Amino acid sequence: MTDEARLADFEARIARGEKIEPGDWMPERYRSQLIRLIQQHANSELMGALPEGQWIPYAPGFKRKMALIAKVQDEVGHAQLLYRAAETLGKPRHEMIEELINGSSKYSNVFNYPCDTWADIAMVGWLIDGAAIVNQTIMQTGSYGPYGRALRRITYEEAFHLKQGYDLVVTLITGTSAQRAMCQEAFSRWWWPTMMFFGPPDKQSVHTEVLQRWGIKPKTNDEQRQIWLQKFVPKILELGLEIPDTALRRDAESGEWHITQPDWNEFFRVINGDGPMNRERLALRRLIYDEGSWLRRALEPHLALPKAA
Amino acid sequence: MANPATGAATVAPATDRTALDTPPPELLGALKRYLLALADDEMLLGHRDAEWTGLGPILEEDIAFSSMAQDELGHAKIWYGLRHELGEPSPDRQAFLRDAPDWLNARLLELDRGDYAASLVRQYLFDLAELLRLEALTGSAWKPLADAALKLRQEEKYHLLHGQAYLERLAKGADEARDLLQAALDRLWPYALAIWEPVEGEADLVAAGIVPASAALAPVWRAAVVTRFERAGLTVPLSHDAVTGGRRGEHGPELVTLLAAMQGLYRSDPEADW
Repeated sequence: MTDEARLADFEARIARGEKIEPGDWMPERYRSQLIRLIQQHANSELMGALPEGQWIPYAPGFKRKMALIAKVQDEVGHAQLLYRAAETLGKPRHEMIEELINGSSKYSNVFNYPCDTWADIAMVGWLIDGAAIVNQTIMQTGSYGPYGRALRRITYEEAFHLKQGYDLVVTLITGTSAQRAMCQEAFSRWWWPTMMFFGPPDKQSVHTEVLQRWGIKPKTNDEQRQIWLQKFVPKILELGLEIPDTALRRDAESGEWHITQPDWNEFFRVINGDGPMNRERLALRRLIYDEGSWLRRALEPHLALPKAA
Repeated sequence: MANPATGAATVAPATDRTALDTPPPELLGALKRYLLALADDEMLLGHRDAEWTGLGPILEEDIAFSSMAQDELGHAKIWYGLRHELGEPSPDRQAFLRDAPDWLNARLLELDRGDYAASLVRQYLFDLAELLRLEALTGSAWKPLADAALKLRQEEKYHLLHGQAYLERLAKGADEARDLLQAALDRLWPYALAIWEPVEGEADLVAAGIVPASAALAPVWRAAVVTRFERAGLTVPLSHDAVTGGRRGEHGPELVTLLAAMQGLYRSDPEADW
């Protein structure tokens, strides 16, 4: 079969809704785009474990402490699952982690913002996990089998995180005046990074067209953002939180939310390494990697992973 | 009865009397202290283990230590819970509002996390002790204690399997890994010996068949430790000098620092719902 015929066959399979599996023929660009995407997603889970993980020692009370450990543990488990999904496309995990710590592979911008208060943990758990669920629910309908299956399992667990995040927000916003103030302050800060979470508006996004045709990214950034707004804005208003976008309004006819665009220059600045926490987060991840090097060396002969006795 | 984890005989409580539903009032103080020592050990180990959560040297061990952290905290909550039933404040208030001199943990558990080798060795030394103690406590004359011990020991068995697998894999491998493990064992050893420091009044509880004598468990534990570590190619120090005092509320600066972090937010408003 010629490459053209293979490509036609490949696109026809995707059009029919079939899943592409690891051994199947695929265009190199499909493979490289998927690796880039899954790797970034895995990186995001791993980097997302840092801001939340750093709050574990301070979590107030058994319930919060144990729930936060369980949550961060899930995130690390998601990273593991996703790196494995990317490995099915031929790139080993250590190479991906090395690219993460040397800065050549990206991760979600939201983790380059600080979590200075306990209420930030509530916001990450509610707003950001909520955004991740929107994104992952869409992505799991994508064309690559192993990624979709990993995402289904991940989304299932994220639903617990969202519940937990919401419970935290409700506890704080119905709590003492200091707790309410802390909650509103954190919300106001997280609003804009949340608006940026789904990426730039479609007309500015460089990757979207081919990703959609090949079923790698079934919905656009703007469509995903809109789904999030539909889900979250009513709940935010119901809780009495004040949204820092004074121009926010709902179009009576289409039902769509219109927002003030966040500062996309800031978005590109952060993605290129110049956000408030980029250096610190990557330095920490690098330190962990360096300090663990003896362990990886010692385990190398066992990487076939013999089961515990 | 043979202990499946240690291969040694378990130590049964001293007497064989009818199960007690309520502890005798004259033993209440000692019993609460004993439970507090159990709870505080687990609380601090859980806290220290969770210092690997999100920060583990490899993803698999990040996840494993997070699981053990949750187990240990769960155990702490059960022991604080038994004290709560005996009239003490809620588990949250016991763990998050008490100052260092009121903690009865062995100092092993308050030490800074250290590197991965230190965490692995500390966890393993403690788990061997804990399983032995839980096995013995299943025979406690005070039924709630026997029931709790029965429930908890299953999880400790999984911890031991984990520790054993990694210890052997690492210690039998490169010199680099073995040296780190040996250094950790040498450093932690005097603290580990003090796991068996009895709380005040333990003898009365032993006489009533409520708890096993720590002094009887200690040599059984030591024999198990020697077997396990030497099988992995490590040398257990000969010393019997223990860093005691923890069970009397004497602690190092590490505990003060740990509690400042762990309790700070909770104490900022203990009446608030968090």
